[in-house]
Amino acid sequence: MQVTEQTEDRAAAVQQLTDVMWKFTSYIGKRLPTDVTHKLADLRAQETHPLAKAVYQSMKDNQDAADRLDRPSCQDTGVIQYFITAGARFPLLGELEDILSAATKEATIRGPLRHNAVETFDEKNTGTNTGSKIPWLDWEIDPKGDGCTIDVYMAGGGCTLPGAAKVLMPGEGYEGVAEFVFDVITQRGVNACPPMLVGVGVSTSAETAARLSKKAILRPVDSRHPNPNAARMEELLEEGLNEVGLGPQGLTGNASVMGVNIESSARHPSTIGVAVSTGCWAHRRGRIRINADLSYEILSHQGVVL
Amino acid sequence: MSSTAVNKKVLTTPIRDEDLADLNVGDVVYLTGQLVTCRDVAHRRLIELGRDLPVDLKGGAIFHAGPIVKQKDDGSYEMVSIGPTTSMRMEKFEREFIRQTGVKLVVGKGGMGTETAAGCVENKAVHAIFPGGCAVLAATQVEAIEDAQWKDLGMPETLWVNRVREFGPLIISIDTKGRNLIEENKARFAEKKKPILARINEQIRFIK
Repeated sequence: MQVTEQTEDRAAAVQQLTDVMWKFTSYIGKRLPTDVTHKLADLRAQETHPLAKAVYQSMKDNQDAADRLDRPSCQDTGVIQYFITAGARFPLLGELEDILSAATKEATIRGPLRHNAVETFDEKNTGTNTGSKIPWLDWEIDPKGDGCTIDVYMAGGGCTLPGAAKVLMPGEGYEGVAEFVFDVITQRGVNACPPMLVGVGVSTSAETAARLSKKAILRPVDSRHPNPNAARMEELLEEGLNEVGLGPQGLTGNASVMGVNIESSARHPSTIGVAVSTGCWAHRRGRIRINADLSYEILSHQGVVL
Repeated sequence: MSSTAVNKKVLTTPIRDEDLADLNVGDVVYLTGQLVTCRDVAHRRLIELGRDLPVDLKGGAIFHAGPIVKQKDDGSYEMVSIGPTTSMRMEKFEREFIRQTGVKLVVGKGGMGTETAAGCVENKAVHAIFPGGCAVLAATQVEAIEDAQWKDLGMPETLWVNRVREFGPLIISIDTKGRNLIEENKARFAEKKKPILARINEQIRFIK
């Protein structure tokens, strides 16, 4: 008898968290996070080029219309990615993968979200935004925790296309890192809906740098790396890229980026792995903190009611 | 929503050569009439597979876009969200596409290359940018979905035939004289980055 009750409680808990996660996943496609909204308002206010001002106005009109009509603000609602920092004692740790898959399917129907999962090699759109290893899950374990923090990210096609990674020789130095970032942004950034949030991973190999570059754009727009040299480099890259003046949609303007965030790890003395990930101006990400009792707090968006 | 300015330039389908002759890169126009979504596979079917396009585009306008569309209970369609996709993906086909279809206005995101620019000169057509990511704004300018063809391609790739009113802003990025705004901008960006990088590199010599 007791076992049955426990099983029922568990099923109810799974359903409860699935409901929260599909609603949150759908929500972030309609409304931008608070830090991004504020940054775009600043850039719009500071813009002096007439054409760029008109584009910023269209962007604002669009977000207002998406909010009013309760629709996805961009038609490309991306491939769904979840970046999870799970406490080792989070009660639904073992169920979380299934929960997030179910949440993606439900958000696809209820959001709605565009169908963006094409099964590779079969070349068939699954129609559910789920498929092999999709939604993509990235895991970190908090050894002492009993809660869970999840970043939801909609990886749209346009802002995913500039993504690049390579491994430099140490002789190329941080100067080589800066050149790589500038090359990617000036050559491929115009199609990625600037002003972008630029994530840079500086690490030991291609895949470690690539992962960190994506983690970097999950950080708030105006946040800084804790290391003073890295923070200085973030500032220099941001100022420098803005001086290039891509402007909104690459039509030229006062800014190119919303910010540059660097994430780093220690590295092999013989290598500098570097990678760039870009988030478009419609940077659709959200952070939610779930407690052990499944109560939750949304950290990325102010005043949310799911 | 911005109100209609007195000097708002509106193109109406069918578009004639003379409607486009005075347009220059950087000009802002709006479109009233028919706008047909047309992207990767539709281009491939016409150009590589030699299939007839099921929509007449002579004097018409296409939109590089894969929308979210809702089918209502009565079977009709509602445009939910429709923003531009990266036009450069269609560069391989666009010159020939313009020649074969007689399309006059190609709307998308970002720039296109030298082949498309050549096609615009040869056939008196233009490419224009609708601001990327502004998909609900665009959807509110779609009055109705009048037809849907090649639905076997799935929602993003179907040819959705939209009736639009003052659809825009559309920023002319390739004009009938062959000027290419985004390519010009990219050359400028590449030139500007050199001294900026030299200055930054002085300050990040952390390996000593």
